[in-house]
Amino acid sequence: MAYFLRRLAATLPVMAVVAVIVFLLIHLSPGDPAALIAGDLATGEDIEKLRTALGLDRPLWEQFMIWLGKLLTGDLGTSIFTHVPVTELLGQRLEPTLSIAALTMLITLLVAVPLGTLAAYRAGTWVDRIVMVFAVLAFSLPVFLVGYLLIYGFAIQLHWFPVQGYVRFAEGPGRWLQSLVLPCVNLALVYIALITRMTRATVLEVLHEDYIRTAWAKGLGVLPVLGHALRNAAVPIATTVGVGIALLIGGVVVTETVFAIPGVGRLVIDSVQRHDYPVIQSVLLISAGVYVLINLLIDLSYKFFDPRIQY
Amino acid sequence: MRLPTLARPAALAAFVLASLLPAAAHAQAKTLRFVAHADVKILDPTFTTAYISRNFGYMVYDTLFAQDAQGKPQPQMVDRYTASKDGLAWTFTLRPGLKFSDGSAVTAADAVASVERWASRDTFGGAMRSAGAQWSVVDDKTFRLTLKEPFGMVLDALAKPSGFPPVVLPARLARLPTNAPIAEVLGSGPFVFKRDEWLPGSKTVFVKNPHYVPRSEPPSGLAGSKQPRFDRVEWLYLPDSNSAVAALRKGEVDFIEQVPADYITPLRSDANVKLMSAGTQQAQLIMNQLHPPFNNPKVRQAVLKAVSQARFNAAMGYPLDMRMAYCGTYFICGSANETLAGAEPFRTPDVARAKQMLADAGYKGEKVVLLVASDVPYLNALSLVALQTMRQIGLNVEGLTMDWSSIGARRAKRDAPESGGWSAYATVANEFAINSPIVSTYLSAACGNTLPGWPCDKKLDELRTAWIRETVPAKRRQALDAFQARAYEAVPYVVLGQYTPAAAARKELKGAEKMWSGIPNVWVLDR
Repeated sequence: MAYFLRRLAATLPVMAVVAVIVFLLIHLSPGDPAALIAGDLATGEDIEKLRTALGLDRPLWEQFMIWLGKLLTGDLGTSIFTHVPVTELLGQRLEPTLSIAALTMLITLLVAVPLGTLAAYRAGTWVDRIVMVFAVLAFSLPVFLVGYLLIYGFAIQLHWFPVQGYVRFAEGPGRWLQSLVLPCVNLALVYIALITRMTRATVLEVLHEDYIRTAWAKGLGVLPVLGHALRNAAVPIATTVGVGIALLIGGVVVTETVFAIPGVGRLVIDSVQRHDYPVIQSVLLISAGVYVLINLLIDLSYKFFDPRIQY
Repeated sequence: MRLPTLARPAALAAFVLASLLPAAAHAQAKTLRFVAHADVKILDPTFTTAYISRNFGYMVYDTLFAQDAQGKPQPQMVDRYTASKDGLAWTFTLRPGLKFSDGSAVTAADAVASVERWASRDTFGGAMRSAGAQWSVVDDKTFRLTLKEPFGMVLDALAKPSGFPPVVLPARLARLPTNAPIAEVLGSGPFVFKRDEWLPGSKTVFVKNPHYVPRSEPPSGLAGSKQPRFDRVEWLYLPDSNSAVAALRKGEVDFIEQVPADYITPLRSDANVKLMSAGTQQAQLIMNQLHPPFNNPKVRQAVLKAVSQARFNAAMGYPLDMRMAYCGTYFICGSANETLAGAEPFRTPDVARAKQMLADAGYKGEKVVLLVASDVPYLNALSLVALQTMRQIGLNVEGLTMDWSSIGARRAKRDAPESGGWSAYATVANEFAINSPIVSTYLSAACGNTLPGWPCDKKLDELRTAWIRETVPAKRRQALDAFQARAYEAVPYVVLGQYTPAAAARKELKGAEKMWSGIPNVWVLDR
């Protein structure tokens, strides 16, 4: 517990640095939200008036302090374009993103861990080679291309799944699942490739350990031996899965775009494109917090897989 | 309660199957799924000229007058009107029973406050103000306009379809300061905006306005009855063109407002899809007339002489039948205002002649900064051809690539090009922002304007005023010819070409052929 609290406290300076960097990066980059809001026919005078109305004419440090002050009271601000509070925007986007992340990781784990273990067990055989060819292909093909192929095959030709859009869980779990299958399979392919290779490599190493040889000598069956091996190979796999989840939350932009899923990734991209400062700042800061938290959870999970680890 | 072992999978299967069925509410509501050309960000059409905000405005607001499919102004919220013989005094009476979507009555005070807000923002409204326009309330339903000088286009102004359309808001909203968008949406148009279902960046939902009072005439353009046939309209923003087209082919969406050029030919062979015109657009090269070299009209003429409209149009990728090889008018080819006055010297692009014109203009190699849009494919194509054209005639041009929002900020700067300013950028405009000396953004800009580029030609201003005041059709035509002839001398901007973007609809969607010139009058659609 003390370790957990220490690590949690250590995130505060990290978050402070992230807040400053994000703020400066966004505000120092070229582009003006006032010009975008005012439209194509706006005059310089119109844009200047709008900058004043939005508070964008104030010194940078003053804008930062205002944002920070609100942040400390739990107010993430309001989109300067849509006037929708950032918390509401995030609330709308969180469900699709978390759904994608969870289902993608579920598919990944269900496929990649057994596949990687099988490849390690059958190392050097045609089974291993087929698995590795699949892993290389899945990792190399661009996500958007696979997305288009999935849409063509399973949505347009077979009519099994919708081309685009996200159906909320509350509108029906079946329709929710149907809307998620293609994007999640699309995303999972990359992670399956990554985790299959990682699992294969670590399990292969463990399979050469003395205690595994002893287990074989004692006459244990294949599954119990692989089970032992897998548990001992779990730490690097858990690390990769954890990093994968963290990347998924912010890095699904291409999939969200191809399948028109209104998730957090698209919210960030849309906001960056139109320089919607309050949204970008808050979402990036929260994303950074999630990354830190996931890293912490990964560290804590090591003890579960290997009780010898002490903090 | 525990289910028997065999019953558990069966129960799960039944649950999944049941949830695969459409939700009851969706099944009951007749829904139009419409892929909009952009994401709606600003919900105030009186604040921004962004087309998507204008289109949003036509969903929820109504106008006093509106253009019909022939481009003629027709009464819309107005029931009857009278004009004095000299055209200096007008009286308008609103239709009985008009209500905003919250059930409150639309009054003459709302109309006057809305028109005054519009006039403070719009060039057409500004021209009326210059003619001494004064608006006043007579009674609950009647209001009056008085002018100090003749203004031959009062009804055209009140029916202005684009730029800032004069929509009617409640007076309390119309009187808010104009330096920021109005956040509240309350109109008397055919639909109500569902803010609780709004998903910025993805979906905008409208439902029928229960308080909308339609006209008895059939719909035509933006005029006539706007009684919706759909209970619910969902504007979807699908950022990936491939997915949008696939969704149309599969029937997940009913209409795509603007089909990307690359997808037009493949869609033509799809029996379940029909394509139609999405209005007419003009590509333009805007030039900064404050600084050398484009402060010299002779240099602007040299660029105009080098421009091959066919090349610019081809670069955007539209099929041959959707683009014009050459359009010689500053207005819209094929419209009533088409004229070739002054165009002949520039009809044939000639790089050698353009080089000579540049030399004759006294060009001394001053730096030209062309802003190249990176994130809008058709603007990027136009910019690159413009860059090549300018280099061909010997301009010392540097292309600065940036996203469109950065161009928006940069073009407002009045600094010299070498000090952080700019010289030129390419853009496009819809026919409603082009087709006369008063609706065209750049042709209507009088000296002293604050438009990026800051065009100023006093003779053009005089000819514009003469055209506005002229009421005799033949003389008006002469005034238009004189205006354009002068435009070819002053070159307020360079026309890069005219083309017709395409919209696409599912075959079963009725009324798609009545969709009007790029403004989605979705109330004509039915299924």
